[in-house]
Amino acid sequence: MASTDFIVHDTGDSVGVVVVEGTEAGQELTGWVMATDETITVASTDPIPLGHKVALADIKDGDTIIKYGHDIGRAVADIRRGGHAHVHNVKTKRW
Amino acid sequence: MANPIFMGYRRENGRAGVRNHVVILPLDDLSNAASEAVANNIKGALALPHHYGRLQFGEDLELHFRTLIGTGCNPNVAAVVVIGIEPGWTQRIVDGIAKTGKPVEGFSIERNGDIATIASASRKAKEYVQWASELARQECPMEDLWISVKCGESDTTSGLASNPTVGNFIDKVDAMGATTCFGETSEITGAEQVCATRAATAETGEKFLKTWNAYNDFILANKTDDLSDSQPSKGNIEGGLTTIEEKAFGNLEKIGKKARYIDVLEPAQAPSKGAGLYFMDTSSAAAECVTLQAAAGFVVHLFPTGQGNIIGNPIEPVIKLTANPRTARTMGEHVDLDVSGLLRREMSLDQAGDKLIDITLRTCNGRLTAAEALGHREFVMTKLYRSA
Repeated sequence: MASTDFIVHDTGDSVGVVVVEGTEAGQELTGWVMATDETITVASTDPIPLGHKVALADIKDGDTIIKYGHDIGRAVADIRRGGHAHVHNVKTKRW
Repeated sequence: MANPIFMGYRRENGRAGVRNHVVILPLDDLSNAASEAVANNIKGALALPHHYGRLQFGEDLELHFRTLIGTGCNPNVAAVVVIGIEPGWTQRIVDGIAKTGKPVEGFSIERNGDIATIASASRKAKEYVQWASELARQECPMEDLWISVKCGESDTTSGLASNPTVGNFIDKVDAMGATTCFGETSEITGAEQVCATRAATAETGEKFLKTWNAYNDFILANKTDDLSDSQPSKGNIEGGLTTIEEKAFGNLEKIGKKARYIDVLEPAQAPSKGAGLYFMDTSSAAAECVTLQAAAGFVVHLFPTGQGNIIGNPIEPVIKLTANPRTARTMGEHVDLDVSGLLRREMSLDQAGDKLIDITLRTCNGRLTAAEALGHREFVMTKLYRSA
């Protein structure tokens, strides 16, 4: 089995979680979708630390971010597929 | 396959404990010094210093008493010496604990002074410690095990692996008739509607939403910003968690896929509807939450962490698990179970859940947790508002 660089919870999720240390920008990342047991790949555009999220599609400013198949917040900037999605470009809708 | 058993201490009221503490319990902040002096005199006695107990009133005062009485009543406690500044409220604690049938005696400081109080309380504590040391563990069924869960310094590996490991455990022991509890009201924000659907009945789900709404209203009334760095915390954000909603869905992984909670408890309230999963209204701060769960009678705690929360509790052993490979590597002395293999796909969730059952039973049988060996005894009372 190829090593898993990131894991995706559910099929409709717009982000996956990097589970290895030391990824670099431009790296082809291999991902495992837990809900379907599929393997997918994404070319990262940023170095993404262990535990941080990679965008699985182009996300527009204002779009809802989906993880666990649920709404976990909104983009506050455009995020390219393969980009690092975190507090600099994603915010809560609650507080 | 027969349900597993554990070797516990059968208490006077029928409950089973997994530790055998003799507690020196201060009623109030003023009595900490005497309580700690007694625990220093008598080896094996455990003082529980805390900050409160003066001029509290209303619901806050009731919670103070419920927490202290519940702590003394916990089946991990063999006997209790209560020390207070004056005899009235001291006796209220003693009477509450005495209902379990366990040995308990109160001492008050006014008209005696610290030194005479310490002398008489130390004599009683010595008697209790020697008596407790002869109590023997005996076989207890899983139906007698009360287990609490709460996560801390979570990151995205918590929602991916360590929390689902606890969820797998909960589903398995729920079917065995164990009593379990989760809490962290504020940290279900974003996933509250999903959490409501996990109640055993629509009525219990509504009770949960009412509790969650009350907590959320309190946050909305007091917040001065979007709670950045508070919820999620700095550590959560460092670990990759971005929003409270993301944290909440990860948090909820701890209750598994099948178990349904059968009641919503007040902070430190003991379950009264029989075996099953309970939700308790608590803060999401680790030590506050675990202290309330121990006061409700839970005897062993499962604590998944991502970035490495190092909490322990003086009453119930806190079992730490992590799926973050860096945390397991750099903070290994705090970790009882490393499930980072789940992220490398080297183990299945079912296997991880079984490993957690194994380490839990070994802990119940007497194995010290990492937090116990390292001396972590965070005992933190929840205070609802200012004193009068």
